[in-house]
Amino acid sequence: MHFQYVFDNFASLFIGGLVFGSVYALIALGYTMVYGVLQLINFAHSEVFMFGTFATVWALWLIGADATTMGVALVLSIAFAMVASMITSGGVALLLERVAYRPLLKRGAPRLIALISAIGASFVLSEAMGLRGAIASALGLSDTLGRYVARSRENLGMPTDRTTTVQFELFGYGVTNVNIIVVVSAVLMMVAADQFIRRTRTGRGIRAVAQDPETASLMGVNSTRVIQITFLIGGMLAGAAATLYMLHIGATRYNAGFLLGVKAFTAAVLGGIGNLRGALVGGLVLGVAEGLGAGLFGNEWRHVVAFVLLILILLFRPTGLLGESLGKARA
Amino acid sequence: MLLEVRDLSVNYGHIEAIRDISFDVPEGSVVTLIGANGAGKSTTLKTISGLRKVRTGSIVYDGQDLAKVSADRRVQMGISQAPEGRGIFPGMTVRENLEMGAYVRRNRSAAALAPDFERVLTLFPRLAERIKQPAGNLSGGEQQMVAIGRALMAQPRLLLLDEPSMGLAPKLIQQIFRIIEEINAQGTTVLLVEQNAAQALRRAHLAYLLETGEIVRSGTGSELAGDPAVRAAYLGGDV
Repeated sequence: MHFQYVFDNFASLFIGGLVFGSVYALIALGYTMVYGVLQLINFAHSEVFMFGTFATVWALWLIGADATTMGVALVLSIAFAMVASMITSGGVALLLERVAYRPLLKRGAPRLIALISAIGASFVLSEAMGLRGAIASALGLSDTLGRYVARSRENLGMPTDRTTTVQFELFGYGVTNVNIIVVVSAVLMMVAADQFIRRTRTGRGIRAVAQDPETASLMGVNSTRVIQITFLIGGMLAGAAATLYMLHIGATRYNAGFLLGVKAFTAAVLGGIGNLRGALVGGLVLGVAEGLGAGLFGNEWRHVVAFVLLILILLFRPTGLLGESLGKARA
Repeated sequence: MLLEVRDLSVNYGHIEAIRDISFDVPEGSVVTLIGANGAGKSTTLKTISGLRKVRTGSIVYDGQDLAKVSADRRVQMGISQAPEGRGIFPGMTVRENLEMGAYVRRNRSAAALAPDFERVLTLFPRLAERIKQPAGNLSGGEQQMVAIGRALMAQPRLLLLDEPSMGLAPKLIQQIFRIIEEINAQGTTVLLVEQNAAQALRRAHLAYLLETGEIVRSGTGSELAGDPAVRAAYLGGDV
């Protein structure tokens, strides 16, 4: 174990963990919100995120942003890419709800069936992205779509300049502009989601469905609508996370959602599934623990540390760190 | 007639919960459905609110067939229910619970809701003291007040009450029934489902007795209260 290394690089490992953790937290919100209203783990949420990473790159291509785009133009390009990513991921999430869940739940299918449907949908979405080249050529669209469908199973990189600049020093670690952008936007998005749930009429409808769906109907809450909106918001947050992830990591591929999805789901359970603030806490705790664990045991132990932490916390606190549901939470 | 139920049958799973029941609720009245546990009283109310599927028969509210009307739309039309077991939202404060009752109203500004809050808090002064507390921390009687008050916040024409006296102390039961009379006197039509037949019949203009999913007796409240069979089975022999 590399105690000396962790000691010397604590700030770097810690802040790196926070950056990753805020991406986890944003994705975790989608898991936790859907769980809140449906008591269902939307396992295809990882692919909602993955579609966002591709939308980010494609949006940048579309407006011709490349390594020479700098300054204000770069900021605007990234902002545009994030909006495109949020719309794409939100759309995929809505589609999932419509195709993979609603028909089952309407017929009163057990949650286990919906869970299997979720896993199936996850494979379909991931492979659809991985086979987009073959799909396009079968439809005779290979030439029209060109680079958008080329090398479907390989990594796709960010086209824009990824040089980072150190903005200030924190305990000996140079905090970069990208670090700041990722953490600040993630926190802003989470605050917005939290306020939406607390303050708006629709947010209150979401809380009512989470606490008692039947009584919510008696209040005139349209539960189908509330469920749709929940998927949409979760999807949009995953889309925002996707752009931040691309800024930080710089590349994606058709199966990039899997690991991130599992981690974000872990973060949601760690914080207390069904609890919005739990997703935030869970994401950050997981990110930091992973960062420090990777420093202590070596990077190949990163995932082991994450899951050992999950098991330990659930042994002592089965409901997670903040352990109360979206329904019962006073949010 | 505000509500006309005709030949209504509803299944619960594969079991027939109610069979071919018909009854009327005239505008401005208090109508009660009495009967034992499992007779189908709650199912009837849930079906009127749109939570259960009609197998056969019809429900007509204010001249309009409700067959194709969704549950949330029915609340907008003026049908509001305080469900069995109260169904309060435990994580919301008393105020938020009451505001949930006004969910379907177009104008939900503080000013628009103020008269309704005043009406509810005048009927249930106890809730004024508890207004900021999570509803989950309230006593059973207080939760029942929240449930009824919340249903009133929708400004209903037809108020459905499912077992409002369940689990309450006798003194509190008296109080709740007095308030139901007051709500009715203020112009709201009430359809009341009760196991506490004595109290319900004393206040009802019209009453129906449900047994295993069928209506076996009907009449005015006092007629049923005087019926020997009703007295023997539901009123313990003395009213």
